[in-house]
Amino acid sequence: MTTGTFTPAPGRAPLRAILRRQVRMELILTARRGEAVVLAMGVPLLVLLGAGLTNATNVPGDDRLGYVVPGVLALTVMSTAFTGQAITTGYERSYGVLKRLGASPLTRPGLLFAKTAAILCLVLLQVVALGVVGVAAGWRPDLAQVLPAIGVTVLATAAYCGLALLIASLLRPETVTAAATLIYVLMLAAGGIMFAAPDLGSAGYFLLPLAAHAEALRDTLTAGTAVPGVIWLSLTLWAAVSLTAAARSFRWE
Amino acid sequence: MVEAAVEVQGVVVKYGEVTAVDGVSLTVPRGSILALLGDNGAGKTSLLQVCEGFRGPDAGSVRILGLDPVADHDALMPRLGIMLQSGGVYPWATAGEILRLFASFAARPLDVDMLLDRLGLRKFAKTTFRRLSGGEQQRLSLAVALVGRPELVFLDEPTAGMDVGARQTTWKLVESLRADGVTVLLTTHLLDEAESLADHVVIMNDGVVAATGTPAELTAAAGIDLLQVRAEPGLTLAATLDVKVTEESPGEYAIAGALDTEAIAAVLGWFAAAGAQVTAVNTRRRTLEDVYLALTAGATR
Repeated sequence: MTTGTFTPAPGRAPLRAILRRQVRMELILTARRGEAVVLAMGVPLLVLLGAGLTNATNVPGDDRLGYVVPGVLALTVMSTAFTGQAITTGYERSYGVLKRLGASPLTRPGLLFAKTAAILCLVLLQVVALGVVGVAAGWRPDLAQVLPAIGVTVLATAAYCGLALLIASLLRPETVTAAATLIYVLMLAAGGIMFAAPDLGSAGYFLLPLAAHAEALRDTLTAGTAVPGVIWLSLTLWAAVSLTAAARSFRWE
Repeated sequence: MVEAAVEVQGVVVKYGEVTAVDGVSLTVPRGSILALLGDNGAGKTSLLQVCEGFRGPDAGSVRILGLDPVADHDALMPRLGIMLQSGGVYPWATAGEILRLFASFAARPLDVDMLLDRLGLRKFAKTTFRRLSGGEQQRLSLAVALVGRPELVFLDEPTAGMDVGARQTTWKLVESLRADGVTVLLTTHLLDEAESLADHVVIMNDGVVAATGTPAELTAAAGIDLLQVRAEPGLTLAATLDVKVTEESPGEYAIAGALDTEAIAAVLGWFAAAGAQVTAVNTRRRTLEDVYLALTAGATR
């Protein structure tokens, strides 16, 4: 047989190249829906300025910005990695995009990795932007404990990504949008962002990952102290359980 | 002997209580085109889903390029080109971005610009998917299926929603796939598509195989030719011949039945023996459409 244009020459590109291109596509598409990014940061920004600079809410302690800004950073991580991710993935499934990607050399772990990596990039940008606004407003973070702060943020991002992919696999896209938004609002209210979370002791950290993450950011960035072991444990558990559940229940269709 | 590209044995696909595919077997030899022909709901897409590994069969077995499409999913995907029936693309990505993304997944992809040209999509390279017409979206989906230089492609209703020109372009492309050694399994409800493209046609009806063969075999199967003879009106034809003769209008006789050469000679001999003046003889070969309607009419409505 002579060699023609379509003569088969199948093969998978190197995994790194595949993942890089998929992450890039996820980021391009997110940027193209710029309003979603702004919206994801809009609420945290309002909370930062509203609760941080006025006495609209009661916060524990004397350092109002020191309480509110880390909470807002935790909130924006949740907003992007959980709410935004769940809604996007739900619609990608209904458009058949996930099915099409499933019928390509991008594997299931490849897709989950690309989605999580793209979200980490976004979270980094948003946290830096909001941190800068916080500093401009008068927040003075202690950077001695910045590495543990990054560590808990990565864990929280992974946990939220897992939860987002999980509900996007279980529910219809319209329901995903409603559920993700509702959970976001509930967490905003009960998660210890604008005012203290319900005092449930350590159990609270296991029930409310947002409260655990916010508390860890306050401990590290505002107080300059270590992250409590119970928070490491809580966020690690959330990440492990939600990612496992997401991988198990993941559907291409 | 080289193993077939697709081996389907007794496959059953159920959705709850509904049986979409009920014991289908078929084989697609390497380098050939097989068309799965059937109405909507005949089970074509369900069978394709099983071949693509999106779900396992409820019974029976499937081997694609010698592999199990579910268990060996990751190993198989780089070797397959899959065109879904609709959607499957990020609505806000441009045609060029989509094709480049899928090209980047392959070790030795086709040239993206060449492929856009071949499918008449070059001028839409910067158009987002949701702004493309239905036919343009279909052509892009086809390009996505081909860009990785697969050995085997599954095309689910590849020309649905295309205008005549785009359909011709697509048919030419599918023919060049075969010429270059790619195996094609496509579904269609267009008889002319199956007749002109396929080496083998499998007619599905209500989840089962109603008929199978080359287009020529299907149309030439016993008793499917029609003989038309023009002679004097009012001849009473002897019932000795094993054919059915009707005088459709005065002097126009239609002879149906198992019309091989001998039978045709016998019919004409009978006209001669009756002293009839035969002024015209026509044979009408049945089309795939006749076969298809005969096979599916009883079951559907």
